[in-house]
Amino acid sequence: MPPQLGLPGTDARHHTLVVLVENKAGVLARVAGLFARRGFNIYSLAVAPTEDERFSRITIVVDVESTSLEQITKQLFKLVNVVKISELDPRDAVERELMLATVRADAATRSQVVELVGLFDGRIVDVGHDELTVSLAGEPDRLDDLEDLLRPFGIVELQRTGRVALPKLERSAPNLRPVRRPA
Amino acid sequence: MRLNGGQALIKSLEMEGVEVMFGLPGGAILPVYDPIIDSPIRHILVRHEQGAGHMAEGFAHATGRPGVCMVTSGPAATNIVTPLCDAYMDSVPLVCITGQVPFSAIGTDAFQECDTVGITRSVTKHNELVTRAEDIPLAVRQAFHLATTGRPGPVLLDVPKDIVDPNNPRSAMEWHWPSNDEVAASLPGYRPTTKGHPKMIRRAAELIVQARRPVIYAGGGILKARAAEALRELAELCDIHVVTTLMARGAFPDDHPLCLGMPGMHGNYTAVTSMQRSDLLIALGSRFDDRVTGKVDAFAPDAKVIHVDIDPAELGKVRRPDVPIVGDCQLVIEELVAAVRQLIEGGAAFPDRSPWKQTVSGWQERYPLTYEHSEPGEALKPQFVLERLRDNAPGDTIVAAGVGQHQMWTSQYWKFRHPYTFVNSGGLGTMGFSVPAAIGAKVGRPDRTVWAVDGDGCFQMTAQELITAASQGIPVKVAVINNAYLGMVRQWQEMFYEERYSEVYLSPDLPDYKLWAEAMGCAGMRVESPEEVDAAIAKANEIDDRPVVIDFRTASEEKVYPMVPAGKSNDDIIVDPSQRGEAS
Repeated sequence: MPPQLGLPGTDARHHTLVVLVENKAGVLARVAGLFARRGFNIYSLAVAPTEDERFSRITIVVDVESTSLEQITKQLFKLVNVVKISELDPRDAVERELMLATVRADAATRSQVVELVGLFDGRIVDVGHDELTVSLAGEPDRLDDLEDLLRPFGIVELQRTGRVALPKLERSAPNLRPVRRPA
Repeated sequence: MRLNGGQALIKSLEMEGVEVMFGLPGGAILPVYDPIIDSPIRHILVRHEQGAGHMAEGFAHATGRPGVCMVTSGPAATNIVTPLCDAYMDSVPLVCITGQVPFSAIGTDAFQECDTVGITRSVTKHNELVTRAEDIPLAVRQAFHLATTGRPGPVLLDVPKDIVDPNNPRSAMEWHWPSNDEVAASLPGYRPTTKGHPKMIRRAAELIVQARRPVIYAGGGILKARAAEALRELAELCDIHVVTTLMARGAFPDDHPLCLGMPGMHGNYTAVTSMQRSDLLIALGSRFDDRVTGKVDAFAPDAKVIHVDIDPAELGKVRRPDVPIVGDCQLVIEELVAAVRQLIEGGAAFPDRSPWKQTVSGWQERYPLTYEHSEPGEALKPQFVLERLRDNAPGDTIVAAGVGQHQMWTSQYWKFRHPYTFVNSGGLGTMGFSVPAAIGAKVGRPDRTVWAVDGDGCFQMTAQELITAASQGIPVKVAVINNAYLGMVRQWQEMFYEERYSEVYLSPDLPDYKLWAEAMGCAGMRVESPEEVDAAIAKANEIDDRPVVIDFRTASEEKVYPMVPAGKSNDDIIVDPSQRGEAS
């Protein structure tokens, strides 16, 4: 089962925070520690340097109520190494994940798996006697779908990356809601 | 100029204007202690690293300048975690330097190694492992900048031995003192807002002018922002009562007709109830702590809230304000005063607040702070000791309290007339705070009389620092309110655990506090009856060449009233037994 985002009966939902931080040792620990201390579960996390080597971008997906989210962003701002925080609405963002999955595929089923992966524009990245390793990069929902369809063949191992996201480009309506330093 | 890292560290502290620091040397920090011999900075050698931290806090509380402490790695660093957390909770500007094993040994479980930066991450405003000698001056400048601006707090620098050890080539560096611009550029994510939003200030002024039952809820932020004068101007201009929280005692003079004193769990009836019944709470540098609000849902139910704080995360954390204002309390209050003046000049007038004022003065008359005085032959009452200490001390005396019943009685019965005269541990509630904090305060303000009011339980946690005080000639005075119990725990067990007293009894005479004091180089006295109190205090006031300890043997069963039981509404306040039955 793909993980359910959004808890029924509350206004908790999946929020994507894009946090620009100084590219320094220990900054990820500060950010992760803050979530732990406030009792919020990080659903997915990706961190990598940006186009400017002084900064890294941490993309965090969390499930919280919006009131709690306000407190999280305010607390994050208090970290000296945090430079900027944006909250991305998934409807207004381009989101991507990468999945690697090793699937049982003997002579009888191999062609079906290959066909399925091809339909998703995924790739076969490794081939064994009874197994295939496939990769798919794309929207998280598409990864969920392929995962579902591969499951009947037998998933031996599966690994997904943290989510990365950027705002959709400006067309008519503003789609990036910057979390401004409160003033 | 070529220096080694150790010299650069001490020189950086000198450049920051540090005159005194508190610490204790050890292996990893040794190279930094060598240049101290040649430095004008006064170093005070403590007996336990926790003492260094609390002394630095006491110094900061009393002077408003950042306290500085320095200890070695491993166990010294872990010993100073409590003061760091204490300073973090109470927003005390502190710069703490810890030694660390050489950079190449980090992560190898070396002797006296611990992950200081990891351990202290959640109890500091910021911390940093300095990895290169040439980074030391900037790291020190950043530390002082961060500790003293925005919401003040503790900053820790962890310094590996190799970058300060002149025998190691990694310690060689070219001295460069960074400019303000360089410091700002090195902290791209740190831009505290100090000036209030003009629109919000106007909104707040409008609410203030309309309110019929307004109360100013002044917190420790008033003192941190040096806003006591501005607060007084606002209160007098608008004729509004002021409650001063535990962290704000002295921020508004207790003898001012508008002062209602301390609110909260052990606040006085009028302070607690006026907030409950108010229609406008003007929260200035206060944070709606659970000890003030009681049950949050039932707190000041009819009040609109103006909340001013330098820390945006405090706004809406506990209670959603109607008018949130991020900014420095002094600047914002001055802007508020101007905005209210403008409204008045434009024809606005305050509504008739005389019914409210009558209600408030009615509460004050009916429910003053009170206790049952002891009959001849009965045990000494702690409240009586506090009253006598207060009445026999100069008006600008600095009082440091530990944590527990004696702390609450001190806050209740002392009359604070000046800011920066009450030093105590509010947020963390650190037993053992008062003796070292009083020493730090006395070092910072040698011109003032400094009393530490301590409990017997607290005293046993940090009394060894009186050796520091005696050896360094720091004449603090300590009043041990000795009720032979962990008194506040005893009170809770009596009231909420059916008088089942579990692990709470200490002893009135083990240790012998008088002998202990004398062994530590202090004058020691013992007082057992009310008649002896004044003479002992007079004698203590005369001694100015060494610390004094008075062991006041007080009644064990005395309880702190009023009290709002934890988790209960402030409406359920329990007053002194003599006042019950007439509660409204």
